[in-house]
Amino acid sequence: MLIIKKTSDIKSSEITDKEVFLQRRRFLRAAALVTGGALAPGLILPSSASAGEKLAGVRKSAYRVDDKLTPYEYVTSYNNFYEFGTDKSSPAKLAPKMKTRPWKIAVEGEVNKPGVYDIDDFIKPYVLEERVYRLRCVEAWSMVVPWVGIPLGDVIKRFEPNSRAKYVAFETLYDPEQMPGQEPGLFGGGLDWPYQEGLRIDEAMHPLTLLGVGLYGEVLPNQNGAPLRLVVPWKYGFKSIKSIVKMRFVEQQPVTTWNNAASSEYGFYSNVNPEVDHPRWSQKAERRIGEDSWFAPKRPTLMFNGYAEQVASLYAGMDLKKYY
Amino acid sequence: MVVNPQALAVHPARSITSVQWLRWVIKPILFVVCLLPLAGLVWDGVHENLGANPVETIRLFTGDWTLRFLLITLAVTPVRRLTGWNVVIRVRRMLGLFAFFYAALHIISYVWLDQFFMWDLIIEDVYKRPYITVGFTAFMLLIPLALTSTNGMVRRLGGKRWQRLHQLVYIIAILGVVHFWWLVKSDITEPLIYAIVLALLLGYRLIWALRKA
Repeated sequence: MLIIKKTSDIKSSEITDKEVFLQRRRFLRAAALVTGGALAPGLILPSSASAGEKLAGVRKSAYRVDDKLTPYEYVTSYNNFYEFGTDKSSPAKLAPKMKTRPWKIAVEGEVNKPGVYDIDDFIKPYVLEERVYRLRCVEAWSMVVPWVGIPLGDVIKRFEPNSRAKYVAFETLYDPEQMPGQEPGLFGGGLDWPYQEGLRIDEAMHPLTLLGVGLYGEVLPNQNGAPLRLVVPWKYGFKSIKSIVKMRFVEQQPVTTWNNAASSEYGFYSNVNPEVDHPRWSQKAERRIGEDSWFAPKRPTLMFNGYAEQVASLYAGMDLKKYY
Repeated sequence: MVVNPQALAVHPARSITSVQWLRWVIKPILFVVCLLPLAGLVWDGVHENLGANPVETIRLFTGDWTLRFLLITLAVTPVRRLTGWNVVIRVRRMLGLFAFFYAALHIISYVWLDQFFMWDLIIEDVYKRPYITVGFTAFMLLIPLALTSTNGMVRRLGGKRWQRLHQLVYIIAILGVVHFWWLVKSDITEPLIYAIVLALLLGYRLIWALRKA
């Protein structure tokens, strides 16, 4: 995981700024504590659960790529979260005011145990895991993020979906008072709120699919989708819906926000695929935020964002140019 | 800052002429002012203050300023007619060339920083992506205007023909706004503002032409 470089190999542009460095130190210390400590589930989220607070009881998962982590500063300041404005910098400015406690998650549809759960009860039965995943945005940039979360599959099993549950639909909070981007625009033209996403049930049950509650060992900052978000590393970032308030198990493929807004540009599947271009961006290559030099070509994008070995079988026999 | 050069010619013995005023004061100041956006960008670049995706920041910034300079250039004639400040026509060429300058930086940032001279990808972009097609077309159309901006070229082409050629700028500005509009994913507020300003500037010309006819 750690790559040790000689001093002479390190360009000044690669040197992490102090704040990030300190955060990383704290994180590593916490990780060390955890490794030596008890792995008891149950005492997970700090009671106030505000962004940046240390998460206890995090187990390091084997699901981690060796790529260099994107600095915390960039992961938390360069965000697409249109509920807080379309500028990449707006969410970091406007989201921190959002209240993430109390927070309810409704589980509905084709399950034996539907209900409305408090976020803390929702998370409590599970051990938090840290997983280092690549994140590939449909806009041809990418990051490497150490998420903290729980496998969605484990959560789904607990609600006992029935045989009609072919898809899972997710919904983000709708609250224009807290999410200024949801206010009707001066000229219209925004997205239909609330934001909706969906996965096929086998995608949702896949061991790589994560429900995120933190990053860099800390409680998820609001701009990154607190208190609960989806992380599906082999799909374009917009599939990983943020600030989830509802999970609905359904028989038909659910409506998803971007697909609804521009179906020729954003498919339901939206698997990372360098062979299928977005009409406005080539998907062949990507810029790794905070790492790739300004004066270097973009790096090639990998099929399924590098997770082909794990997920390609989900799509065996499907024409991925048609089901993009 | 707008100075009426005639006002300075009241005491010809003591003061510089209006031509000198234009050449040695107004134009150099305007030149520096037009470079300020670039200076700000370079400053932020040197101080690593261009955010998580500097290449994107540079691309958007130079694109914004290209559109702004196009609109500022197109505002010269209406401003002159509405205010009677004839001096503004004397700086129109400089403003137009700055539009070209920022457009060139925009293209360079795309070809160099964004695509790193991957010509196959660039050609594919121009061919396949409508917003890039129109943006590229707009830049291609700007080139002859920049090349024929000298006094010598005006003479060589003749005023009428030169003017006809330079009316291309109306099309270029429209393509520029369309380029921005098609690039935006969902919130069209910003391109709409540019479109409204452009519509006012072109609409003013239309009304002027109709009234003269």
